[in-house]
Amino acid sequence: MQPVVIVGTGHAGYAAAREFRKHDNTTPLVMVTADDGTSYTKPMLSNAMARGKAAAELAQASAAEMGEQLGARMITHARVTRIDAADRRLHFSDGGELQAAKIVLGIGANQIDPHLPGEGADDVLAVNDLDSYTQAREALEHARRVVLIGGGLIGCEFANDWVNAGYEVTIIEALDYPMGRALPPQAGAALRSALTGTGVNVVTGRRVTAVERDGERLVVVDDGGERHPAEVAVRALGLKPRTRLAEEAGIEVGHGILTDRRLETSAEGIYALGDCAEVDGLVLPFVMPISNAARALGPTLAGTETEVHYPVMPVIVKTPSCPIQFYAPPAGVDGAWHEEELDGGGIRGLFQDRDGQARGFVLTGPAVALKAELVKQVPGWFDNRY
Amino acid sequence: MEYRKYMCIVCGYIYDEAQGAPDEGIPAGTRWEDVPVTWTCPDCGASKEDFEMMEI
Repeated sequence: MQPVVIVGTGHAGYAAAREFRKHDNTTPLVMVTADDGTSYTKPMLSNAMARGKAAAELAQASAAEMGEQLGARMITHARVTRIDAADRRLHFSDGGELQAAKIVLGIGANQIDPHLPGEGADDVLAVNDLDSYTQAREALEHARRVVLIGGGLIGCEFANDWVNAGYEVTIIEALDYPMGRALPPQAGAALRSALTGTGVNVVTGRRVTAVERDGERLVVVDDGGERHPAEVAVRALGLKPRTRLAEEAGIEVGHGILTDRRLETSAEGIYALGDCAEVDGLVLPFVMPISNAARALGPTLAGTETEVHYPVMPVIVKTPSCPIQFYAPPAGVDGAWHEEELDGGGIRGLFQDRDGQARGFVLTGPAVALKAELVKQVPGWFDNRY
Repeated sequence: MEYRKYMCIVCGYIYDEAQGAPDEGIPAGTRWEDVPVTWTCPDCGASKEDFEMMEI
């Protein structure tokens, strides 16, 4: 009997495996991963220092333990080089092959790499999993100053966590304020002043043009000509879903691997979820949508076709100096933000389209308590379309 | 019996029995066992099995 094969052991892969096993405990299950398959949760990387956790303490279970729990054969340190979509056959870099009844791609995303010039450019770190986080923590052991290239969600979360642990932190952000893509101006200003208040040096309106090396130190140079020396530099410039494997197999891709609401790709019996997937037009690289997708994929893999359901799920930004919850309006919608500072502190922002319908919101500081009220006013992800 | 706290191992949200989750219709003082199995973490959507009791 051919197995169900899940490629990827991040939140997407393990959540899909667990939900599948809730509905089918007999069909063989194989999980394939390029790393060692250790189970961990990515949100916990953003506040590990504040919780006094070393990188190693973030590991929750080994691949072997997960395999036992899930009744799955684990193939770790394995790289899938090609998929024959027609007969669902996986080819591995070591020459091995595996045919599957169904394939699930939970292969995540690559980090946008601007390929900066300069002798120090190759030493710029990028953190998107436990291994790369461990590497960053090791580098930080001997550091005092760290530059974060990119002041988006991840850049701000790491900055807040690391500055509280005593590091001298600089954020270099191209837009006018941190999280400039997701947040309206007042909320962005609140985040900026909160981060600055914790001691983060927030540099905005600047792009990094090179990363030089000065002996042991790196020097991050921005387009204003300013030089930022640091022992460690981490880039956090966003994610690009991994689509090559699917594309080369003739599977349709857009920004991510295209799937319908049952998470099936254009190739029958091949599914995708998580950071690599574009589900009915939506790429939602966050834990809550992935958990919801896994809840639908479980029964589907077990034979009961189920559509993913995305309730309204604001993104929670883990910046303790300025807690934020935001529900981004769809790109391209014609409308405007209306922000107000509340008496109890914090900002409440509502994005309304031309008909006055609420299409997105942001809450900062104490105002996050209003989440339940605003959640009711905006359409769910699938309906909140341009 | 004193109230206990449970942490979501996915995102770190803490369910405190003393406070419950009023926004989701779970009154203060609701024991963890009495929280419906369909309840999910308000911050990340994880299910109850993704929570661990916190040692006091």
